[in-house]
Order: sequence, then C-alpha cells, then structure tokens
Amino acid sequence: MLRAVMKLFGRDDDKPSGKIARDRLRVVLIHDRANISPEVVNHIKDDIIKVISTYMDINQHDMEISLSDDDNSVALLASIPVKRIKPQVMSSRNMHR
Amino acid sequence: MSDVIVVTSGKGGVGKTTTTANLGVGLAKRGNKVALIDTDTGLRNLDLLLGLENRIMYDLVDVATGRISYKKALVRHKKHETLFLLPTSQIRDKTAVTGQQLIDICNEMRGEFDYILIDCPAGIEQGFKTAIAAADYAIVVTMPEVAAVRDADKIIGELNRADKDRIKLVVNRIRSHMVDSGDMLDMDDINDILAIDCIGQVPDDEMVVTSTNRGEPVISNKKSLAGQAYNNIVGRICGEQIPFLDLRKKTLFDKLKQILHV
Repeated sequence: MLRAVMKLFGRDDDKPSGKIARDRLRVVLIHDRANISPEVVNHIKDDIIKVISTYMDINQHDMEISLSDDDNSVALLASIPVKRIKPQVMSSRNMHR
Repeated sequence: MSDVIVVTSGKGGVGKTTTTANLGVGLAKRGNKVALIDTDTGLRNLDLLLGLENRIMYDLVDVATGRISYKKALVRHKKHETLFLLPTSQIRDKTAVTGQQLIDICNEMRGEFDYILIDCPAGIEQGFKTAIAAADYAIVVTMPEVAAVRDADKIIGELNRADKDRIKLVVNRIRSHMVDSGDMLDMDDINDILAIDCIGQVPDDEMVVTSTNRGEPVISNKKSLAGQAYNNIVGRICGEQIPFLDLRKKTLFDKLKQILHV
C-alpha cells in the first residue's frame, strides 16, 4: 500500500539512492584500491585483443574490461563479443582429431 | 603515559575539528588531562570551536622551531580546566611544521597528559603526513556520502602505508530519516565497505551549528542527540562498552504508520 502511495507522489524509483551510492562506491573503490591506472587497463585490453584475434574475430568496439568484487577477492572481468571463430583454428582442431 | 590520537578524514567539511573539540571536552569532563593540537596551519579553527580564539599568544610553529616551550603556547580552557589547546599559526602554511617536530613535541607532552588529540588538515599532502606522524592511533571521520566514504577509504590506505594500523571510524552527520527511506548510505553499507571498527555514529543535528556559533562544543548540551553520541564515543575511547544510539526521531508519520500497521 505504501508503495502505491509513493508511486502517486512519483517516488517509486527502482532502487533507493542509498543502494545506488553503495553499489557505485563498491565499484570505484575496487579501482582505487587496486591502484591501476586507466592506461594500464587499456594496455591489458590491447594485449587481450591481440591474443584473442589470433583465434577469433571479435567486436572490439563492444568489448568491455573491468575489475569486479567477488566477495573478498578482486576479479578481472572481460566481456568480448565474438563474431566468428577463424577457419584456420577450426581446421587445426580438426587436424588434431 | 598518554594516548596520542589523530582525528583525520581526507575530505574537508565532514567534522574533523568539531569531533576533536567535542572529544577533547568530553575526555576532560571525565577528569582526564587533555591537550588538543591544531595542525591545520594557515586554516586554524579549533580555537574558534572551543571559544579560545581571543586568548592565543603563541602557536605550534613557535614551539616546533624551538622559540618557546610548549607550556608557554598552551591555552587552558576556563570552563574545563584540564583541557588545553596548542593552536597553530594562521599566517604560516603546512610546510612550517614537520612530522619529526610534531613527534618531538608529543613525546615531550606525553608525560603530562592522559590524551593528546591531533586535529588533522584535509587532504593527503604534507599537512596530513605531519599530523599522523606522532599518532598512536587514528580516528577517521566520515559522512554517509559517496565522496566522504571514498576519501575515508583512501585515508585508511594511507594510514596503513604509514604503519598506522590502529584505526577507528566515526560516521558523522547521519540523517536518520533519509537512511530510513533508503536515500542515504546506512551503517551496514559503510561498515561493509570500509571494514574498520566503528566507535561513533553521530546524527546531523542543528544544535551542532548553534553550539559552534557560541564556541561551546555540543557535547555539553544534554538535550542534543549529537552531544550524546559524542559522549558515547568518549566512553568507548575510555574502554567502555556502550551500545549505539537509536538515531531515529519518531515523526508524526512514523507514529501514524505504527497505528495503521503499515
């Protein structure tokens, strides 16, 4: 019921701003604490692209790389959209069979 | 033997000086001999918050350079007779006092005082490094806001790097009605993120402003919730186990909700 009243007053945001603050802080502090400059992250990204590109065609434009908090450890997350596996990779796999 | 405590925050305006003044008065009220050292050289304000601004003769720079003894520079509080202020210079800048000089001054003072509180300037530059040099432990003051918590995290990192690993947290200016509605970081969020021992949760209280206007720290005002919260921090510093205050003010709406069971 309270929610309905809040909605009437236009206060029914999906997430309370306090929780948005918490989530944003968590992400920014992972970067702060890791002490990695954006430049280094870009170098890592370029190197990953180099390695992956040998085997796959990837969409470099939509590629995302970020640090994330996984309970008490920090994880490096890379999201790399793959367009297709390169033919020579498939054939070399076939050769091994 | 005394405890030397630095009150720091990184970000400005979160209430370092207010906290220092209140804890100083509170500790003195319990019969401790307390010295407060202002290290915010060039931007001194601790004198103003304690109502001592008209009684300053010498300052920290005079003591650090060996021109006079610390005893000559100390200003005794008239109302709280075991409370002393070592003010800093309003004319000089942060480079005028070094960490080693502050360590030497504190070591000389340790025998005479139960507690020495150092009010740290904002920032992480030379002034901060000087202020923390002499401290046995640190009280980090923050607020339930993203910038203040981020800066507190940075300061905790800097303190650790300087081998100051005894750190306590004070969260200041909590607006409980905003916490209740989910529009402010709550204590669980902050404890979770910063992961250091919290010794104080101080509400945002207009009486802090009015008492600052008068130069009488709010801890002396028994009606003030912030004053009670500061008093509890003092107890915890002295080793007492005190539960945190319930900061929620019951509004008419709350009472109505209670009646309607919603």
